[in-house]
Amino acid sequence: MRKGVRVATPLVPAAIALGVSFGVLARASHVSAAAAVLMSATTFAGSSQVAAISVLGGGGTVAAAVVAALLLNARYAVIGVTVAESFRGGVLRRLAESQMVIDESWALSGGGTPRFDRRVMLGVGAALWVGWTGGTAVGALLGGVIGDPSSYGLDGAFAALFLALLATQLKSRRAFVAAAGGALIAAVLTPVAPPGIPILAATLAALSGLGDA
Amino acid sequence: MSQAWVAVLAVGAGTVVLKSVGPVIVGGKPVPPRLFGILTMLAPALLAALVVTEGFAHGRSLVLDARLAGLAAGALAVALRAPIWAVVLAGAAATALVRLVS
Repeated sequence: MRKGVRVATPLVPAAIALGVSFGVLARASHVSAAAAVLMSATTFAGSSQVAAISVLGGGGTVAAAVVAALLLNARYAVIGVTVAESFRGGVLRRLAESQMVIDESWALSGGGTPRFDRRVMLGVGAALWVGWTGGTAVGALLGGVIGDPSSYGLDGAFAALFLALLATQLKSRRAFVAAAGGALIAAVLTPVAPPGIPILAATLAALSGLGDA
Repeated sequence: MSQAWVAVLAVGAGTVVLKSVGPVIVGGKPVPPRLFGILTMLAPALLAALVVTEGFAHGRSLVLDARLAGLAAGALAVALRAPIWAVVLAGAAATALVRLVS
């Protein structure tokens, strides 16, 4: 776990900054500070939280906000299966530990490869959880004083974050092929499917890994 | 209870379930080695898709806006082997800057 915290160190400032931005965004969308912090603590998945709050802030229904967020997080069911083997202990322990599986902790701990290290994943997840939830609290309390977070480039920051994580994965030609396939599927489906579906469908690009010994 | 609270509780509960499906139900069982070829490629496929949706999607349309500057700055930072927090900062700063002047 200590190694995981060390691996996460370069990411923690980003998690805090993004958490602050999310807290401000939530307040700007008339979500209470307590609700914003509870959301970061339980959902702990930035892009889906931003999506849900954006839907609510834009006057959308609760159902639309919930469906959008859960579709975005549907990939975690797939990701969870890829690391399931290494989880040990009783149901409660596995349930608790599984909450630390997010894009960042999974990608930085060898998720989906034989080198996956559950303890590194837990360390990364825990460090980011503290930064993200704490940042949200700060942002939610400051909210209203700061103004509209989209003018700070919150959305551009998320795009850059995923780009940085993608760069850590592009170590083989096959990885490039899978990435290109995933990007293409997402781009093609975005205009025709509800948010979340393009990302879920992009996992099909991983089939390019078939035939690998 | 306000609408926001209902949404927060529903999204939180739903996400907890989604994350736990694999570890709780499948947990402990070995993954067939052949499957690993596919699983290894999940991360690049998923992360590339997230770059597209976070960088270009606006609802159901693909748009070029200030986020493009954020991605370009992020890509430059990646090329310069900057740490991840610097990449994120570059992305946010470039996006905000373009929004400020446009």
